[in-house]
Amino acid sequence: MFESLSDRLGKIFDGLRGRGALSENDVNEALREVRRALIEADVSLEVVRAFVEQVRERAVGVEVTRSVTPGQQVVKIVHDELVRVLGETAVPLDTATTPPATILMVGLQGSGKTTTTAKIAKRLKDKQNKKVLMASLDTRRPAAMEQLRVLGTQIGVDTLPIVPSETPVQIARRAAREGKLGGYDVLMLDTAGRTHIDEELMAETAEIKAVSDPHEVLLVADALTGQDAINLARSFDQRVDITGIVLTRVDGDGRGGAALSMRAATGKPIKLIATGEKMDALEDFHPGRIADRILGMGDIVSLVEKA
Amino acid sequence: KRSSDQITGGITSVFTKRKLDAATLDELEDVLLQADLGMDTTSAIVETLRRDRFNRDISGEDVRAVLSDEVGKALTPVARPLVIDTAHKPFVILMVGVNGSGKTTTIGKLAQKFAAEGRTVMLAAGDTFRAAAIEQLEIWGRRTGAPVVAKPAGSDASGLAFDAVTRARAEGKDVLIIDTAGRLQNRDELMSELEKIIRVIRKVDPTAPHAVLLTLDATTGQNALNQVEIFGKRAGVTGLVMTKLDGTARGGILVAIARRFGLPVHFIGVGEGVDDLQPFQASDFAAAIAGKEQ
Ligand SMILES: Nc1nc2c(ncn2[C@@H]2O[C@H](COP(=O)(O)OP(=O)(O)OP(=O)(O)O)[C@@H](O)[C@H]2O)c(=O)[nH]1
Ligand SMILES: Nc1nc2c(ncn2[C@@H]2O[C@H](COP(=O)(O)OP(=O)(O)OP(=O)(O)O)[C@@H](O)[C@H]2O)c(=O)[nH]1
Ligand SMILES: [Mg+2]
Ligand SMILES: [Mg+2]
Repeated sequence: MFESLSDRLGKIFDGLRGRGALSENDVNEALREVRRALIEADVSLEVVRAFVEQVRERAVGVEVTRSVTPGQQVVKIVHDELVRVLGETAVPLDTATTPPATILMVGLQGSGKTTTTAKIAKRLKDKQNKKVLMASLDTRRPAAMEQLRVLGTQIGVDTLPIVPSETPVQIARRAAREGKLGGYDVLMLDTAGRTHIDEELMAETAEIKAVSDPHEVLLVADALTGQDAINLARSFDQRVDITGIVLTRVDGDGRGGAALSMRAATGKPIKLIATGEKMDALEDFHPGRIADRILGMGDIVSLVEKA
Repeated sequence: KRSSDQITGGITSVFTKRKLDAATLDELEDVLLQADLGMDTTSAIVETLRRDRFNRDISGEDVRAVLSDEVGKALTPVARPLVIDTAHKPFVILMVGVNGSGKTTTIGKLAQKFAAEGRTVMLAAGDTFRAAAIEQLEIWGRRTGAPVVAKPAGSDASGLAFDAVTRARAEGKDVLIIDTAGRLQNRDELMSELEKIIRVIRKVDPTAPHAVLLTLDATTGQNALNQVEIFGKRAGVTGLVMTKLDGTARGGILVAIARRFGLPVHFIGVGEGVDDLQPFQASDFAAAIAGKEQ
């Protein structure tokens, strides 16, 4: 349903081919289309503005070589800039600390925390031979603890026994104890979903963080998120100082502009992407692919097929 | 209130302006874009304001009012309640939507509402796929006093739906609400499974399902348009419920959806509790998008 940015820019620059350097006027017109494309891809407006300015600086005066059209030239500049903002080099999950390395999962309701907790545990177990313990601190959502327990059984990873009537902070303490005594390499803490303006629950998150001293705090966020991405990422980061982001539902056909918003708002790396409901649908983050997708020129199919 | 607080900042800066000039219109455009209305819908609304009101004297309060009026115009036709036709016994409601959008929770809230209206309700645990989805619905059933039809995890979802309609009919229930597993609309085989559930339900009652409700997460951006389009085509969606409006997302994509599809919007979800379901009110929703005081 979206016309790709290169098609649109192609139209603007029709007849402009081979005219030397890009003038300020050419660039201005192109940037209106870039702005439009980014907003349609769900990049938060504040981030769009800053981004368009960066592209402007790079683009004015750039020589258009004879082998490409001015439109292609601008798309390339935009694409490179997207990759730069999204983070050029992958930042892997870090578990190198005195065991157990604790990983705290946070995010809005339904973003995919519990599923991703189990996927990461499975990956650490299978690929790095780690002994992992998972604990659900979600005392609110019906059957949330049972959900993690079932997933643990499916993937062959231990879960902290469920003790009804404990508070999330009490469970976090018990998990830390069990993590140490049980000789686990990694302790994964799943938490209840919360809206970032729920003062009480955000305070609870901060307290959980204080008692569990996590090595990684991962914000789990839906790739289909719209303009709110910047608000939620900023709030979670300010409150619990996240160490990275996991983008879920990348198997959807959303344009994924939220990735750019969250990265730009927090400066925190996108560490992993989740591409399905199954336990092995977890992949490393490739900024180039997300950039292609934001610009509507990506090969979404290959991602979906793997899901 | 919280969503209006957030944008009030944007509007306050135009408060002192005397005319609805180009700068004011630009700021209004930003307000709409940040509420997820998308480029086309935002441009159309701002264009209407430009045409009808450009350079007229206008106060800050009026700016909010005209914006809210304009958004309200798109939403008023779709603000329609869910009517339970008592000619059908049971009145079968099928709940569909992408993963994590709030289907199961909304079913719990609806069960409570129908029970309060004096109707007998039965629930069907049609999500046989996700870990502990059955247990989750069973807890909602206990909370609201509704019996839950379930089969072991991994069972065929359409078989479960068949059993549930048969049982609800035999027991003379007023309403049967069928939960389904979350699925992304671009997964063709999962959408086919949904079509199969509907075919099988019709073997028991050719007029069912009597309502197919699609839950949309208010945090979702432009992809919600695709969700409505594909779930509409494949599952015959009859109405929408927008969830998670208690966060900071304003769900403005609903305006674009209303303009494009005209599907009724029945309810909004404003929390995780059993009572956190409200009828959809076009004017309130529009006012929240425009940052207008109630
Ligand atoms: N298609 C797809 N579905 C996913 C992905 N990750 C999670 N899900 C699904 O999204 C839904 C919600 O996932 P959960 O893991 O329960 O989300 P959560 O954040 O723990 O939810 P709460 O605990 O209720 O806040 C489930 O149906 C998952 O199967 C993904 O990458 N792709
Ligand atoms: N804040 C808020 N949370 C909600 C609302 N509706 C549902 N939730 C939460 O969102 C999460 C997902 O809700 P579910 O009802 O499990 O969603 P679902 O669509 O059934 O998910 P799957 O079956 O996994 O696809 C849960 O944590 C719910 O408590 C709402 O209106 N506001
Ligand atoms: Mg969870
Ligand atoms: Mg569900």
